[in-house]
Amino acid sequence: MSLADTVLALAVVGLCAYVVLAGADFGAGLWELATFGAPDGARQRAAIHRSVGPVWEANHVWLIFVLVILWTGFPTAFSSIMSTLAIPLFLAALGIIFRGAAFAFQPHVEGRRSARFVSVLFGVSSVLTPFVMGAAIGGIASGRVPVGNAAGARFESWLNPTSVFIGVLAVALGAYLAAVYLAADAARAGEGDLTEVFRRRALGAGVLAGGLAIGGLPVVRSDAETLWNGLTGDALPLVIASGIAGIATLALVATRRFDAARIGAATAASAVVIGWAVAQRPYLLPTQLTVAAAAAGRSTLIALLVGTGIGALVLIPSLVWLFRLTLAGVLAKDAAPSETGAGG
Amino acid sequence: MTELIPSVTTHLAHQVGGSLGVVAAQSDLLAARQTQAMSLAFHIVLVCFGVAFPALVLIMEGLWLRTGDPLYRAIARRWSRVMLVLFAVGVVSGTILSFEFGLLWPEFMAHFGNVFGFAFALEGFSFFIEAIFIAIYVYGWDRLRARTHFLVGLPIVAAGVTGSLFVLSVNGWMNNPTGFDLVDGEAVNVRPLQALFNDQLWHTFVHMTFAAYMVAGFVTAGVYARGWLRGRRDRFHRVAMIVPLTVACLAAPAQIVIGDWAARSVAASQPTKLAAFEGLGRTQTGAPIHLLGWYRDGGVVGGIEIPWLLSLLAHHDPNAAVTGLDGVPPDDRPPVNVVRVSFQLMVAIGTGLAALSALYLVTWWRHRRLPTSRWFWRAVLAAGPAALIALWAGWTTTEVGRQPWIVYRVMRTSEAVTAAGGVPVAAIVLLAVYALLGAATVWVVRRMSRIPFEAPGPPPGPAAVEPAT
Repeated sequence: MSLADTVLALAVVGLCAYVVLAGADFGAGLWELATFGAPDGARQRAAIHRSVGPVWEANHVWLIFVLVILWTGFPTAFSSIMSTLAIPLFLAALGIIFRGAAFAFQPHVEGRRSARFVSVLFGVSSVLTPFVMGAAIGGIASGRVPVGNAAGARFESWLNPTSVFIGVLAVALGAYLAAVYLAADAARAGEGDLTEVFRRRALGAGVLAGGLAIGGLPVVRSDAETLWNGLTGDALPLVIASGIAGIATLALVATRRFDAARIGAATAASAVVIGWAVAQRPYLLPTQLTVAAAAAGRSTLIALLVGTGIGALVLIPSLVWLFRLTLAGVLAKDAAPSETGAGG
Repeated sequence: MTELIPSVTTHLAHQVGGSLGVVAAQSDLLAARQTQAMSLAFHIVLVCFGVAFPALVLIMEGLWLRTGDPLYRAIARRWSRVMLVLFAVGVVSGTILSFEFGLLWPEFMAHFGNVFGFAFALEGFSFFIEAIFIAIYVYGWDRLRARTHFLVGLPIVAAGVTGSLFVLSVNGWMNNPTGFDLVDGEAVNVRPLQALFNDQLWHTFVHMTFAAYMVAGFVTAGVYARGWLRGRRDRFHRVAMIVPLTVACLAAPAQIVIGDWAARSVAASQPTKLAAFEGLGRTQTGAPIHLLGWYRDGGVVGGIEIPWLLSLLAHHDPNAAVTGLDGVPPDDRPPVNVVRVSFQLMVAIGTGLAALSALYLVTWWRHRRLPTSRWFWRAVLAAGPAALIALWAGWTTTEVGRQPWIVYRVMRTSEAVTAAGGVPVAAIVLLAVYALLGAATVWVVRRMSRIPFEAPGPPPGPAAVEPAT
């Protein structure tokens, strides 16, 4: 593995973390939309907020991590991507604003109608954002991002069969991950009926995401030949691994082994991301720019690796602690219990 | 020496522009600059609260740990929820900025991301730490041991400071590009540490950190000064006002010394920017400063002249030569009046706030009491918005003062902008979004501040809180 490949691997790891963690937060937003009309909708929403509340900001930072690695380690590729795919990425930025703000403001909004409005805003932007991000990735993967300042097509680069496929897949994958995690959280909290609600959704979304992934392959074959060749070539083991992990997760969810299901679902999603990266090799922008050609100079790459290594020493124990506290339910209750009446 | 290096890079500058592709329309450039300015102006307010507010919260919690007085804990807890909301808004507005680097300035990123990007990688970790510990802190009240809970707050304060250090490193680098060689328009032989610790970093960092404490301190104190003026003189208002006010009043006078240091650094490395501070048309010895007035045709009209002051300020010598705007061709000069007015506004407000602080500190020191004049409290009420205006004015001074360069004397802003088109549309959309987001944030925080504060019950002394698990 060259230095450039190693740095790119960091970005791929970051993207996996983003998909597995923040992707599920997006999915939770989608499920929030489904709570309206449900008789226990308020309880479902409360469960969603308990699960997402303490972690979404940290989960979101993985996106920043990926962006930073790209613009430092592969500046030309980053600029080409951002300028050609300006529209979907701008929409993603808007989605991130609305989603984050709606989530943060939610506990402080009173009145049924305003609360509902904020909830719907959160839900809709949680669907929009992963779709446009997936569409942007589809543009890259199908070779529609040439090197240069906005050198690609303004619309066709992200409104094309592969982009739509990956965009929809991203939404479905998030919904699936979220349902698995929410079922696991509800099971831990001993909320049997909510567990069943999310379990059913996990099974449904899992079948849907798996079906989409398989059903979309002909699209990739006809629209993105290089990607198809990669997925059926070097990346085939990862594609198979993702399928196996996905099926195993469904079995685990069905038999209510949720903690193992969490890991299975995360593995299935990560295998998709890594599979994409492997399928694209040696290109960063197929078939225009290889990883080696896109990489910054040696000193920059080394600095990134060393900096990330030092950062990881601080980050990993902190993250582990956060997730342990979250999973143990320590942070699960509302941030403002009215113990003194002065919590606000 | 500092004069020589930029002139060499200027010579090379024309090689950089446009090598990624097409030249963008002028309207896109203007819209891109306005969008960036708007986004930074929005985000910088939240940065102040991200950097300084956790410290205020922790001071309160620390007072509780020392005294066992539950009032302090109740205030810390109340504030920590505001801290979480402001952090969340800062998370999204900060994310917009990182998108904008690529969306608006792809040529800048393509050519120099490899040089300054390392600082952002380190900043990313600060951001992670902040996000993780703020969640544990705010959600962890009552669930962690008292001392553990306090300690959890420390990484938030530290990461706020290191985060701003690394971001300001990039800003410093844009003003003082170093740590690379320019060969055929490409930045090669990158020395990341040299770029990271550029000469502009330190004064910018210290100036900004103190500014953050001023903004957060004065704004928070102002909230309670309002109640104070309306006769709500209970202990809650007193404590919640005094702590942030004291912090801000300690920071404000220090800014005079720090600002002097910053001005001398600018004089040394960016003489044209310094000339724009005053509107100094031609290079001269014993350069004056004009208060007020307007820059026109190479000089200031209508201002009050204070002889030698600019030379004194820039070089600590009344007879020193100061480089004027004529040191560079007209195309390389910033828009003088924007820079000049912003600079004067910042200095004027900063001086006023330092005087207010002196009054407060002296009254406290001499008489061990708060100033009694209603005018003092009205001034405290105004100090928050004033500090904010000074902050914006300061950033306008340094950022517009850098123009027309995005990378000082290496790459022009016009060469960095996107060719994607449609930037004015994006600018209008974002303007609406920021207006909404700003209004919603203010609304939520005001709502939170209106929840009546009830005096806490029997003291849950530090030892009385059970561990959570």
